[in-house]
Amino acid sequence: MTNEPLLLTSANGSALELRPTGSWTVGNAAVLEQLSASIAPQLARAQSITVNMSGVRELDTLGAWLIERISRHFADGGQHARLVGAADDYIDLIEELRQVNRRHDPAATKRMSIADRLERLGRAALAAVLDLSAFLQMLGAVCLATFGVLRHPRSFRLTSLVYQIYRVGWQALPIVILITFLIGAIIAQQGFFHFRKFGAEAYVVDMVGILVLRELGVLIVAIMVAGRSGSAYTAELGSMKMREEIDALSTMGLDPVDILILPRVVALIVALPILAFIGAVAALYGGGFVAWFYGGMSPVTFIARLHEAISVTHFEVGMIKAPFMALVIGIVACSEGLRVKGSAESLGKQTTTSVVKSIFLVIVLDGLFAVFFASIGM
Amino acid sequence: MQEQELPVAIHVEDLVVGFGRRIVIDHLSLDVRRGEILGLVGASGGGKSVLMRTVIGLIARRSGKIDVMGSDIGATPGCRTNQAAQKWGVLFQQGALFSSLTALQNVAFPLRENATMSDELMTEIANAKLEMVGLTSEDGAKFPSELSGGMTKRVALARALALDPAIVFLDEPTSGLDPIAAGDFDTLIKTLQKTLGLTVFMVTHDLASLNTVCDRVAALADGKIVAIGPMSELLRSEHPWVKAYFHGKRSMMLQPKVM
Repeated sequence: MTNEPLLLTSANGSALELRPTGSWTVGNAAVLEQLSASIAPQLARAQSITVNMSGVRELDTLGAWLIERISRHFADGGQHARLVGAADDYIDLIEELRQVNRRHDPAATKRMSIADRLERLGRAALAAVLDLSAFLQMLGAVCLATFGVLRHPRSFRLTSLVYQIYRVGWQALPIVILITFLIGAIIAQQGFFHFRKFGAEAYVVDMVGILVLRELGVLIVAIMVAGRSGSAYTAELGSMKMREEIDALSTMGLDPVDILILPRVVALIVALPILAFIGAVAALYGGGFVAWFYGGMSPVTFIARLHEAISVTHFEVGMIKAPFMALVIGIVACSEGLRVKGSAESLGKQTTTSVVKSIFLVIVLDGLFAVFFASIGM
Repeated sequence: MQEQELPVAIHVEDLVVGFGRRIVIDHLSLDVRRGEILGLVGASGGGKSVLMRTVIGLIARRSGKIDVMGSDIGATPGCRTNQAAQKWGVLFQQGALFSSLTALQNVAFPLRENATMSDELMTEIANAKLEMVGLTSEDGAKFPSELSGGMTKRVALARALALDPAIVFLDEPTSGLDPIAAGDFDTLIKTLQKTLGLTVFMVTHDLASLNTVCDRVAALADGKIVAIGPMSELLRSEHPWVKAYFHGKRSMMLQPKVM
């Protein structure tokens, strides 16, 4: 006997007999579904049906449901459906399936009316406001925690701060030095290549010096820190939120902001200026290297030109920006971390949001600073 | 008893599993018969979950033989085990539901991956499974983070049963449930086992479920099965650990009549 499922039909006047045979199991789902759909016209004509189960070799939930669906479909039309010859083993299963899928939930049809679109727009606008308020709340909470620490300096988590500085500062050093060195070298190379056309090679040093110290050094480092450490903060705090660790802290009467967030934000504020300084130096080295090997400018000349071209002001402008960028990155990363909900997907989403948002804000902040320094003549 | 006549669903022979220098499963042999509910008990951290995970091919073994429904597990990594995987369903301790899918989608997932059928039928089958484990279609639209512990276990069971497997592995199915919910879950397992003709391999600490649903109970101690048989037989066992397990204060409180 074959296990290939079949659905034999024999009509006797207006009475229809169905004889399913073979394996009515999930492995044959595609065939079975076709079979049960193919008898629809015969079903429509019949007055009563009998399902003879004696030929069924194997039956699982899928097969039993298909048979149940046929007879239910038929019975819904006020007709009579009968089931005979089912093996004892299958009776329970068939009985069980009699009960299921009885309630028709209103099918969730996908309609997209203008009202829905408006609703979506409204929700998006509201979400933007909520984003801003989450940022401000976190900023406020961190400020409050800072005041608390200033009043009771002993409550500050020094160990945690040192560890976080080690992670976001010391461990980030190699990659920061490498990237900024390359950026400095690329800028210098492009400068030499293009300035050579009108004999202005000497000004490459001005360009590299000012660009790196004022803007690029700190910006590149801030973006790297946002991607490297900001994402780590969000993921850490997010998974702590998922595992209820943050709730556990709260129930012990401890403020998660004091314990988890303040040391992280402060660590960034300490580490980012240092990284930005080291990054700027590495970029100048990169520029100097290219000037020496590609532009034919000796290191002595390079340093002498650098002396003339840049002043401490340029360096200050870069360094002043660094802690503010660190604050923005830290606040965004931590507030996004705390907004993680139960699912793994939400953790990923919040981490992405954190990085995108902090890079965006860092660049906006840089622009604002540019306007500010220009207007005070720095 | 016609014990020998029943075909064997899971055959484990001389199995050794260890991590580093620690041997967790030490030359263990075990047979699970087709159509029975076998309960596995053992000390916390004693290797019950390790044994289960080795049988389903998640942990590599050192030596020995595992045969599940005629497939050799873990001998050649990948393909044979994947084939066998369609013959079993696993209920993990924490449910292990996919958090980005709704309960209904979780149940439909194995159907979508392993069988060809229309979306409509798939939804009907998944919904049927949810209703068979005692949930409603409204619950099906919820995400795992919105489900209670008991509901999570039920959805996970429905997902384990999605493809009508021959064997179901349950890792502490009633842990974290209140006695009423645990009792309901026990009844559910028993009912489903009867209707679907399942073989159930259940790791549990719940003495009540051992007593009510398990056909046989195996006790794991020191990396070996030290006693196996119906509950009444285990209660008579002379092995010191088994004695301590079933005749401790908590056990006595639970089953005064059996003693």
